[in-house]
Amino acid sequence: MQGAAGATRAEAEAAPSPATTPATANGGAAASEAEGGRRAKRIEAQEVDLFYGDFQAVAGVSVTIEPNKVTALIGSSGCGKTTFLRSLNRMHELTPGARVEGRITLDDQDIYAKGIDPVQVRRLVGMVFQSPNPFPTMSVYENVAAGLSLNGGRVKKAEKDEVVERSLRGAHLWNEVKDRLDKPGSGLSGGQQQRLCIARAIAVEPEVLLMDEPCSALDPVATLAIEDLIGELKNNYTIAIVTHNMQQAARASDVTAFFNLEETGKPGRLIEIGPTETIFTSPTEQATEDYVSGRFG
Amino acid sequence: MGAPAETTALLATPFGGPLWRRKAVNWAMTALIVAAFAVALIPLFSLLFEVVKRGVPGLSWEFFTTSPRGVIGGGGAAHAIVGTVVITAVTAAISVPIGIMAAIYLTEYGGRGRLRRALTFFVDVMTGIPSIVAGLFAFALFALFLGPGIRLGLMGSVALSVLMIPIVIRTSEEVLKIVPNNLREASYALGTSKWRTIVKVVLPTAFAGLLTGVMIAVARIVGETAPLLVTTGVVDSINSNPFEGRMQNLAVYAYSEYRTPGVMKQASYDRAWAAALTLIAIVMILNLAARFVYRRYRTEIR
Repeated sequence: MQGAAGATRAEAEAAPSPATTPATANGGAAASEAEGGRRAKRIEAQEVDLFYGDFQAVAGVSVTIEPNKVTALIGSSGCGKTTFLRSLNRMHELTPGARVEGRITLDDQDIYAKGIDPVQVRRLVGMVFQSPNPFPTMSVYENVAAGLSLNGGRVKKAEKDEVVERSLRGAHLWNEVKDRLDKPGSGLSGGQQQRLCIARAIAVEPEVLLMDEPCSALDPVATLAIEDLIGELKNNYTIAIVTHNMQQAARASDVTAFFNLEETGKPGRLIEIGPTETIFTSPTEQATEDYVSGRFG
Repeated sequence: MGAPAETTALLATPFGGPLWRRKAVNWAMTALIVAAFAVALIPLFSLLFEVVKRGVPGLSWEFFTTSPRGVIGGGGAAHAIVGTVVITAVTAAISVPIGIMAAIYLTEYGGRGRLRRALTFFVDVMTGIPSIVAGLFAFALFALFLGPGIRLGLMGSVALSVLMIPIVIRTSEEVLKIVPNNLREASYALGTSKWRTIVKVVLPTAFAGLLTGVMIAVARIVGETAPLLVTTGVVDSINSNPFEGRMQNLAVYAYSEYRTPGVMKQASYDRAWAAALTLIAIVMILNLAARFVYRRYRTEIR
C-alpha cells in the first residue's frame, strides 16, 4: 500500500530536498505568515498500523496535523498515543521488533518511502520528551548547539552564538541562563531543563515539533510557562502534543484527537478528532464524551 | 486516661520470640559478620606487612636506576621497571581499543539476538583463562610465523592482551548499559546518526566509568608472571623496544632473583622483595589515579 500509492503520486520525489517548502501557501498558513511567522509543514497519517513484534499497538489511524496549529492527542494510558507520536519522526522503528504499516507524509512526501534517510526525517521533525534530558557532559551552550555540532558540520562560532541566543530566546530561557551558558546543563531546575530541551529542539529549525507529555514532570508554574511557550511556537512550527492532562489540552491546543482502546490487548484507535472547543463541549462519539467528562480515564 | 487494654495486649505479645532472644541473635550475627570480615582482611594486611618489611631493605637509588648488565649478582631493577612499563603500555594500546569497540558492539548494535548472548558467554569464559595458557598461545602464534626461538616484548603484550581484553569488554559493557536510553533518544531526535551519537554522547557520558574499567584490567595483568616467562624471556639489560629481543619485567625479575640468586644471596632476595613491592606500588598508584580521574570527570546522570 505504501510503495504503490507513493509511486503514482506526481508530487513524490525520490530524493526530497527538505529545505524547499512548496511555494503554494494555503489558507491556514496565510494567517501565520501575515503575523511574521514561518509556514510549517503538514503531517498526514493514513491508515497507520503500529506493531511491537506481533502485538499491534495502534490500528487504522488517519489524522492530519495541520501546520501552525497545536494538535493535542489525548486518551487514557496505554492507548497508543505516544507510540503514534513516535512514528511521526521515525523513532518508533528504533525499538527492536517495531514495525510501521500505512502511510505518513510530511507535506505530501512519504517519510517511510525507500531512499528516505530517517536521520534527515528526524532533523525535520523534532521531539521533546517527557522527562527533560539535557546531555549531562555538555554545558547549556553546548546543549543548545548540540543539534549543530553533533552532525559534524563545521559551524563558525559567531553563527553558533547567534543560533544559541535565538533558540534560548525562542524558548523563553535566555534571560535566566545568559550568564551561565558554560555551566552544566543539568544544574538547572526541572522547568528550565525542559525549556533547554525545547531550545535544543528548535535550534535545528525543524518543521514540526512533537512533544510527549512535556509538562508531566513539572510543577504548575513551569507548566504554565511551557504552555505559553507552545502558544507562541505554533506561529513558526507545527506542533503535536501528547498529554494526559485534559485541562492542558483544553488550554493549549487548537485541535484535539481522542485515542482509545476497546479493551486491554486490543490496539488503540483514533475515535474522534476536531476543534478543541467542539471535542470538549459537544463531541460526537459517546466514548469521547465519557472521557472528557471524567467518567473514565 | 490509659491506653485501651486491647492495644496494650497486642503490643505486649512477642513477635518472633521474646525480645531478649531476638537481641541476642542480632548481636551474635553482627559479631559473626564482623569476624568474617576481619578474617578476610588478615591475609591482605599480613601480605602488605611482609612485602613492606622485606622489600624496603632492597630499595635503593641503585635499584631504580641500574640494571644487572655487567654486574655479577648485583645491580638494580631499572631494566625490569622499564620492561613492565613498556609491556603494560603496549598491552593497553592493543586491548583498550579492541575491548571498548567490542563492548560498543554488544550494547549498541547487538540487540537481543542469540549472537549477542553467545558472544557474552564466550567473553565470560575468556575472563577465566589461566594466564599460562595465554602465554603459550602467544608463544605458539609467534613461533608459527617467526620460528620457535623468538622472544619479544611484543609477544608478552599479546599474551597479556588475551587476558586483558575480556575484562575491558565486561566492565565497559556494564558502564555503557548504565548510560540512560533517553540520552540516546534525545540525540536521535535531533537528527544524529547512530555512530555519531555513540561517539559524541554515549562515550563521553560513560568516560569516567570506562577509564576505571581499564584501570582495573591493567591492575589485573601488571603482575602476571607465567605468560611473560615463556614469551619475553629473561635478560639483564634495559630493552625498551618491544619489537626486538628479550625484555625483562618486574614479575619475572622477582622470580628469577629468587630462583637464581647471585653470590650475595640476601641481596638478591632483597631485590626480589623490592620488585614485588614496586609492583604493588605501581598498582596502587594506578588505582589512585583512576579514582582521581573518576571523581573529576564523573557526570551526574539525572
